[in-house]
Amino acid sequence: MYNSSDLRKGLKIQIDDEPYLIIDFQFSKPGKGQSLYRCKLRNMITGVIIDRTYRSGDTFEPANLEQRKMQYLYNQDGVFYFMDVETYEQSSLNEDQVGEAKNFLIDNLQVEILLFDKRPIGITLPNFVDLTVTRADPWVKGDSVSGDSKPVTVETGYVLRVPPFIEEGTKITVDTRTGEYVTRVK
Amino acid sequence: MSPGSNNGDSFNGQEQRLAAKKSYLWLRARIIQGIRLFFIENGYLEVETPYLIPAPAPELHIDAVSAGEAFLHTSPELCMKRLISAGYPKLFQICRCFRQGERGQNHLPEFTILEWYRAGIDYHELMDEVEEMIPFVSRSLGFGASIEFQGCAVGLESPWERISVKEAFQRYASMSLESSMDCNRFDEAMVQEIEPNLGVPKPTFLHDYPASLAALARLKQGDPAYAERFELYVAGLEVANAFTELTDAHEQKERFEREREIRRQQGKTVYPLPEKFLRSLHNMPQSAGIALGVDRLVMLFADQPSIDQVVSFTPEEL
Repeated sequence: MYNSSDLRKGLKIQIDDEPYLIIDFQFSKPGKGQSLYRCKLRNMITGVIIDRTYRSGDTFEPANLEQRKMQYLYNQDGVFYFMDVETYEQSSLNEDQVGEAKNFLIDNLQVEILLFDKRPIGITLPNFVDLTVTRADPWVKGDSVSGDSKPVTVETGYVLRVPPFIEEGTKITVDTRTGEYVTRVK
Repeated sequence: MSPGSNNGDSFNGQEQRLAAKKSYLWLRARIIQGIRLFFIENGYLEVETPYLIPAPAPELHIDAVSAGEAFLHTSPELCMKRLISAGYPKLFQICRCFRQGERGQNHLPEFTILEWYRAGIDYHELMDEVEEMIPFVSRSLGFGASIEFQGCAVGLESPWERISVKEAFQRYASMSLESSMDCNRFDEAMVQEIEPNLGVPKPTFLHDYPASLAALARLKQGDPAYAERFELYVAGLEVANAFTELTDAHEQKERFEREREIRRQQGKTVYPLPEKFLRSLHNMPQSAGIALGVDRLVMLFADQPSIDQVVSFTPEEL
């Protein structure tokens, strides 16, 4: 249980049975008045941002969150399936919950799945993932529009720009935070 | 990065932050010198009263830090009023005060108050004196007739704005003063809707608070629903709180008993009644007194949005 005086940026609390992250926090106290704890909170499931003002004496449940190491299995009809590497239990996330991460999900990739009350709500990828190029057009020399890079498609269907020497079948490392090419895998 | 090297980095970071405050700490010292000069030139006696006291004023929302059997003072108010009552008509003090649980962009649990009292005047005459004191300090710093705080230009030349709490609710809030009191939303309305509008383009004296919100102030002459209390705002920042002082010992005791009862109901520490202070009120002349946040004044002149920047150390840096 948290008190108002525990509130701070980064704290995760539960409101109406949903987990919220405090993204902005301000303590105010008008002269001779009571302490007010003004929070901007993001719903960790829906992403919706709300403003709340709390007073001394208010109490909060910590959000019951847990990160589990899981392996990506497959997706079917917009549902992505994962397996807990310790318990072998399966979990799933829908396309919205997976978001951009789907561009980097290859079979057996080890990821972190965020659980709220045992329910999966989000995914964290490793910073770098190796992906195989499945389609690469030859580079047209002197193409001033594209400069010194060209677009390729990787095994997940994701399209990104790479240096001209990358060919079909090459394995490349991609930064999952920026979605950008990092290097060719030797 | 190993935890060890991380600590090393954060220590270096702290040293760098300390060094980066140098101009603000110089400004702070000059502001305090300017304040002192103003009061000395105006015939005030500078006093020091004890920080360690047996009985802080029992105010509902101000929590004292306990120190053994005693408490650290939350303001020097009670001791300074005892001096006024004993025949010292013009007093000022610059001291550290301590309030439990107050920490934010504008709050430190240990902070610096300038408090002054003057016999024979009321709160409107005290506003006049504030209107002289702050521009005096500004001139002593070599600043012009206006200052800029976080993009807001504030002119310091007289007259400053004077607006009652009731009018401020009518002008800025989504509810009336009465309904805010009825539904216990006064503080929220003040912080969210009213304060951001105050103190621009001139400093604002917000005056005449509901009587229940001023435990140590005299009731308004002719309108006892209000108390003769004001707050000074500059560019949205609350800088000072003042009263025409309540000098009726019997009424003061009743108000303290009320505040203590509510504190008891809320499970807060109930401070002993400050009996010697209450007895001294029998001899207290009509006077007005004010507590001004020195750190906040420095924030204004330094144009710094955080109190952390204008003190040498925050509690987290110790």
